Amino acid sequence: MISAVCFACALMVILPLALVLLRLVRMGASSIDWAFLTQLQKPEGEPGGGMANAIVGSLILMGLAALIGVPVGVLGGIYLSEYASNRLKWSVRFAADILNGTPSIVWGIVVYALVVVPMKGASAYAGGLALGLIMIPLVIRTTEEMLALVPNSYREAALALGVSKWKTIVFIVLKTAGKGIITGVLLACSRVAGETAPLLFTTSGNQFWSRRLSDPIASLPRQIYTFAIGPYDDQHRQAWAGALILILLVLSINIGVRIITREGSAKPVK
Amino acid sequence: MVLALVVILGLELCRGAGLSLRVFGWRFLGLSHWNPVNNDFGPLPCIVGTFVSSLLGLAIALPLSLATAVYLTELAPGWARRPVITLIEMLASVPSVILGLWGMYVLLPWLAAGPYPVLKRCLGFLPFFQGPVGGGYCVLSAAIMIAIMIVPIITSISREVFRSIPDTQREAAFALGATRWEATRLAVVKSSTRGIFGAAMLGLGRALGETMAVTMVIGNTHGFSASLLAPGSTLASTIASEFDEAVGSLYPSVLYEMGLVLLLVTIVTNILARLLLGAVRGRQHA
Repeated sequence: MISAVCFACALMVILPLALVLLRLVRMGASSIDWAFLTQLQKPEGEPGGGMANAIVGSLILMGLAALIGVPVGVLGGIYLSEYASNRLKWSVRFAADILNGTPSIVWGIVVYALVVVPMKGASAYAGGLALGLIMIPLVIRTTEEMLALVPNSYREAALALGVSKWKTIVFIVLKTAGKGIITGVLLACSRVAGETAPLLFTTSGNQFWSRRLSDPIASLPRQIYTFAIGPYDDQHRQAWAGALILILLVLSINIGVRIITREGSAKPVK
Repeated sequence: MVLALVVILGLELCRGAGLSLRVFGWRFLGLSHWNPVNNDFGPLPCIVGTFVSSLLGLAIALPLSLATAVYLTELAPGWARRPVITLIEMLASVPSVILGLWGMYVLLPWLAAGPYPVLKRCLGFLPFFQGPVGGGYCVLSAAIMIAIMIVPIITSISREVFRSIPDTQREAAFALGATRWEATRLAVVKSSTRGIFGAAMLGLGRALGETMAVTMVIGNTHGFSASLLAPGSTLASTIASEFDEAVGSLYPSVLYEMGLVLLLVTIVTNILARLLLGAVRGRQHA
């Protein structure tokens, strides 16, 4: 009897996912056509138009975030795992965990104060920075964990053969942990792709194409939000379509990562 | 580069604090008027709203997550485990704005048409369920959205906690003649209290900072109401809704200070969670 209850709970937990996905497909699929993918938003109230700039904007922002997040995160993780003293390890892990738990809107207002105000305007730089800052602690932690999975015997063997430390790290340790690190980076990217709150004030959305990175830029999550709370039914329809595209993006990264890790994870051969 | 990380942490705290220094101290956090035109701010309803929605969301999510975790670790047949875990992780990866969109246009109309009026009819004598139902934009809806969002985290951490209990405990319970459920309850759930608290704290930390889904369904009203069916606001939702229009110097400072409060609360919750879960990690490595 109890197991039936638990089973029912498990089902209840999965139910929202199924409902959301089904509804997304139902409401959004019909609206995704070539026009949607290539046009800009029409003025308020006019039906039609698309989210092309939002889709491209999201990709640009993800790229910027990765540019900031990946080097600092991976290199930081490497340093943490290979070079840091125990005390430093502990404090950086602690700091990273705190940053990981920070609400994303707090990142948004901090980057607003740091970047938008001095630059006197919202920009893709600011949005990319905010997303990158969210990525950094995430990537550092996953990188460090992946590197910890590499058995010490590998490192010792390399050192015993006279390989210098940095070469050991680059050619041996990283090669073994590589897949795991890439997994972590991709997961961080997918998490960042769906973030709206940090982008609310750092990039103020843009109805047109952004010509420079210092211009405000549209992004998919933000566009969905703007349309969802708008008063026009046509905007709502487009919000569903945009949401479908966004979730396809996020899920494809996640599922892709899962497939990569399944066919031969970074399990060293003894 | 690692120092960069520590610097970022310090920077963030200082920045948040520095801009709030313009605000008149901490006292005003206890006030509850909200009149930006007259520079009259009192974020207490937002703070209360944050806690009410998060704790309520936790209350909804915790039993479901624990039962699911029990199911996944103890009761599920092997072939069912992976798919369910995968699905739960997929739920965790859904961006909150999409959940908010779904909440606004699918969940809320359904709640306002069906369950909420029923709730009012049956439990309307309680002050928690009075007031008009409206479109469903209320604190209770926000709690439900939060619950949906934190169930994956709590489930996965609880699973880890349950898994870290050695099988010998379960076998000992069986050896003493316990039924399946009794064995689970005694051997696993009872000794995991600390870990469960840790999982709940982590979920709470996530819930407190949840912005988009909450903003879209909570109604964004300042003011107190005992009813869960009344619209409300949280720290995050207020910042999200009003930051763009905050003119002058006091208004943004107020929002920054609210952000600082939010940050501190989240930090404390997360630290508590890590402390509670530290024992579990230790057990796993032992």
